[in-house]
Amino acid sequence: MWRTAKVVSLRNETTTARTITFEVPDWPGHLAGQHVDVRLTAADGYTAVRSYSIASAPSSDAHIEITVERLPNGEVSPYLTEELVVDDRVELRGPIGGWFVWRTQQAEPVQLIAGGSGIVPLMAMIRSRASAGSNAPFRLLYSVSEPAAVFYRDELRAVSDHDHSVGLTYTYTRVAPEDWPRVPGRIDPTLIASATWPSQHSATCYVCGPTSFVETAARLLTGSGYSPDKIRTERFGPTGDRQ
Amino acid sequence: MSSHPFDYLDGNAAGGELSNIFALDVTAAEGQCAHCGATKPFAEARVYVRGPGLVARCAVCEHVLLRLVNVRQRLLLDVRGMTYLSLNASQSQESA
Repeated sequence: MWRTAKVVSLRNETTTARTITFEVPDWPGHLAGQHVDVRLTAADGYTAVRSYSIASAPSSDAHIEITVERLPNGEVSPYLTEELVVDDRVELRGPIGGWFVWRTQQAEPVQLIAGGSGIVPLMAMIRSRASAGSNAPFRLLYSVSEPAAVFYRDELRAVSDHDHSVGLTYTYTRVAPEDWPRVPGRIDPTLIASATWPSQHSATCYVCGPTSFVETAARLLTGSGYSPDKIRTERFGPTGDRQ
Repeated sequence: MSSHPFDYLDGNAAGGELSNIFALDVTAAEGQCAHCGATKPFAEARVYVRGPGLVARCAVCEHVLLRLVNVRQRLLLDVRGMTYLSLNASQSQESA
């Protein structure tokens, strides 16, 4: 079922990513980690559908946020990040997915691992934890290409400064800040060992990013002793450009 | 089987299209592969969306679990690759 959603605010996260807040009449509510499908229809009737994770915590005010990264040859993301203005309408379907979700009743430790814009559904989990007053211990390992590519930087810093049960580790694949202790590069067993819960904590892991990143992270987690059934994954990528 | 090793997504990416057909969430449903017998959440299946339809393959043996094509206002669904699909009926109305 498609709902008409109205754009109520826009906020740049980086030079290529933008957060869009929609007002969605009759929105049934969502769980952290779920996504929506966005459908755009051109004047000639041509339609394009893309999936975007919900960034905002569950709430009852019929507003949801998504954060969209502009893909260089994308068909939908350039429109959403450059042309969309407040009061525009798009069609939304969702919320979608009951597997890659974190519920506020979960009290066990949580390990979040994000590759690039894979941070979005994990941010919804961090926000959901805060808005529900949960004490579940969280750790986030956030891999980005360079410091300027980080989404939600100030909010993440505020959350981890304010609440020491949310641990935050950045890692950079191409360019790191000056004096950063780790040479830029892919995630590896040493990083996983230092930045994630030891497997005996039985943390539930949520891994989101491009397919290659997710496969690597999941393999490293199982290699460090995690049971595969504690690892939940969500993959996205250029192949997500449907139609 | 495929030209690029990472040209797939996962069952989460099929959730929206399958919500056209199923009233219950399919991503958290457990399906059994009719070929190898592995029983896994549908979210863990490998999903290919670049073709004219949507194909889900078993994450263990890569045999086709499900195919969905939309042609001329008809949805064609082939699920013979799954022995069964076990859906959680209590989550249908779950939300914030």
